[in-house]
Amino acid sequence: MKKTAKIKWADFNKEIADDNYYYLRSCIRQNFFPGSEKAFLDILRHNLHKTIFDDASHTTCAGIGYHADIVTFETLQTIAARHFSLMNERGIPSAVVSCITSFGIYSEILATWEEFPEEKEKIRAYLKKATGREFEVPENVVHSCDIIYKFRNEIAAQMKSPLINQKTGKPLKIVDHIGCHYSKMFPERGVGGAEFPKVLTGMITAWGGETVDYPERRHCCGFGFRQYLVKSNRSYPMSNSKKKFESMAPYKPDAILANCPGCTMFFDRWQYTLGQIEGKTYGEDGNGIPVLTYEELAGLVLGYDPWKLGMQLHQVDVEPFLDKMGVQYNPDDKYKGLNGKYINQPDFSGCLKV
Amino acid sequence: MMNKPRHIAVIGGGIAGMETASRLAQAGYKITLIEKERITGGHLTQWSHLFPDSSDPAIVVSRLSSALSHQNIKVITSTEITDISKNGQYFNLKSGSEMSLNADAIVVTSGFHLFDASRKEEYGYGLFDNVLTSADLELMMKNEKPIRTASGKKPRRIAIIHCVGSRDAKAGNTYCSKVCCITGIKQAIELNKRLPECEIFCFYMDLRLYGSSFDGLYLTAQQKHKVQFIRGRLSEAAEKPDKSLQIKAEDTLSGRPLRMDVDMIILLVGMEPGISHNNFSRNGSVQLDENGFLKCKDVHAARNLTTQTGIFMAGTCICPMSVSETLENARSAALEVINYFERKM
Repeated sequence: MKKTAKIKWADFNKEIADDNYYYLRSCIRQNFFPGSEKAFLDILRHNLHKTIFDDASHTTCAGIGYHADIVTFETLQTIAARHFSLMNERGIPSAVVSCITSFGIYSEILATWEEFPEEKEKIRAYLKKATGREFEVPENVVHSCDIIYKFRNEIAAQMKSPLINQKTGKPLKIVDHIGCHYSKMFPERGVGGAEFPKVLTGMITAWGGETVDYPERRHCCGFGFRQYLVKSNRSYPMSNSKKKFESMAPYKPDAILANCPGCTMFFDRWQYTLGQIEGKTYGEDGNGIPVLTYEELAGLVLGYDPWKLGMQLHQVDVEPFLDKMGVQYNPDDKYKGLNGKYINQPDFSGCLKV
Repeated sequence: MMNKPRHIAVIGGGIAGMETASRLAQAGYKITLIEKERITGGHLTQWSHLFPDSSDPAIVVSRLSSALSHQNIKVITSTEITDISKNGQYFNLKSGSEMSLNADAIVVTSGFHLFDASRKEEYGYGLFDNVLTSADLELMMKNEKPIRTASGKKPRRIAIIHCVGSRDAKAGNTYCSKVCCITGIKQAIELNKRLPECEIFCFYMDLRLYGSSFDGLYLTAQQKHKVQFIRGRLSEAAEKPDKSLQIKAEDTLSGRPLRMDVDMIILLVGMEPGISHNNFSRNGSVQLDENGFLKCKDVHAARNLTTQTGIFMAGTCICPMSVSETLENARSAALEVINYFERKM
């Protein structure tokens, strides 16, 4: 913190590489929101004309195991070192991390190595012994939301559907939620620091929307691995999400935008759970507040088909939000997968079975 | 005493500079007092009450201003010294290309600036209408404005937050600003006098009440003015739709997290070294200590001596001080200057 202590965080922008990225995918995102990572790659390659390498050789970061006390810190560091080695092999200096947990893990490891160089040397020996590999630390490690933030204006220039309510002509109101491991542990690794990170609000305003600052904005969604992994503890994570919904509801947000897979999933699914337990919903007409990933929002703004973005996997129906934006979509295609094949559908979506 | 009057430049026209200048003038020295603002008096010109007696700071400033009319004192305002160099036995002081003067000795009394509360983003200063600093409150009281929220309502609950920008590694200041605890107590009492129905809470880490009468004031605040003290640091403030504020803290005595709605927050902002210190330290004229204040030659025996012979210092450019300590320190600096010239004779 010494080097950044006198910084006015509102003015703080971290260094984000311009091009030539190595993509480090997320385990859980591919299950919860599988369309988002695909959309990220598509946007980067086709809309922003950037080079990004999606490597089949890389593995989990083991973050879930680490936070659940199953994987040791040494193992975690060695796995990260192997990923860096894969990057070195390809000659790519900049890593883009898809998952907030992984981003926190890489940040923690890099900070540890900076503070304790002997730890890095220990891991160097472990990696060599385990795989015969060597590694150098990447020049730039950012989260994928940082990339979308960096190019938000380029995306705005290609915008097909701005974040404007087509019926009222007013900006859509979107609350942002930053994953704790994005900038709460290492503020200097997040755009705008820890208290008022700009990474998501920057996108919202660049694309015509309005951000909402509500009292529990910085409160954790409750996803903490130690809580939710134990089934009997799950009321605790849920109570945290509830606290946030209660706090944001008076502002009548049109959507929630999050940058962490856990938060996005929790906000989406807990609204259903709370609806079932309490009979209460936080959005309009018995629906919850739609929860979007930043790739989904960028994709919608750029005119991508919502079903190609994977938005049929949301629990809270996204259609009200799409209608407000004026996004063209075919309701009949919602549950069609690759090549138009029917992929089955849930008994019902939304929060309350009416 | 001496053949010809020595010329001393005093940099900074706050109370330390004014007191040093007048004491040295009375001892027969020629003084040039240089102040960067339009008027002398420093921060006290913006303050409403002084602790511990609630006296008017204008009385202190007025007494010091009268003393500046001494024939040996020349006051130059709206001028900031940007460079000091040693030219033979003289010091040369420059203000850009506009002014240059020579002096036999210098007393730096460049004071402090208040911590910029917007750097503690989590407290919402500059973002939320009803978050004020202690300095804003003093100015409000000085101008005899009623204490009201931004929408003109009488506040029903006010939180006073101690240690804003002080003892805070995250803000880059690990030192204590010393005067904020008692300022908070004084302001809580003043608020209670003006708003008897309003609940007032002070959130503190620990109360550093070093003055002989400060603990008495702390008891008075609790017993007579019903000020409530909560040991816990604020984690964040957030604005609600009606512009009231939700604060989160940990009550470290009960060991529980705490949420509270208040109508107004007063941030007790600490002291930071005056920006102009950099001007003096840039060419190595003087050194700074680990906190950025001017470094003294010996912390016990030579508190008013900088690391450069012939350059002295007084007041809050050394470290945070109260008004009375600053004035005592200024008199001490004047004595050091007199001793310095007497030794040279």
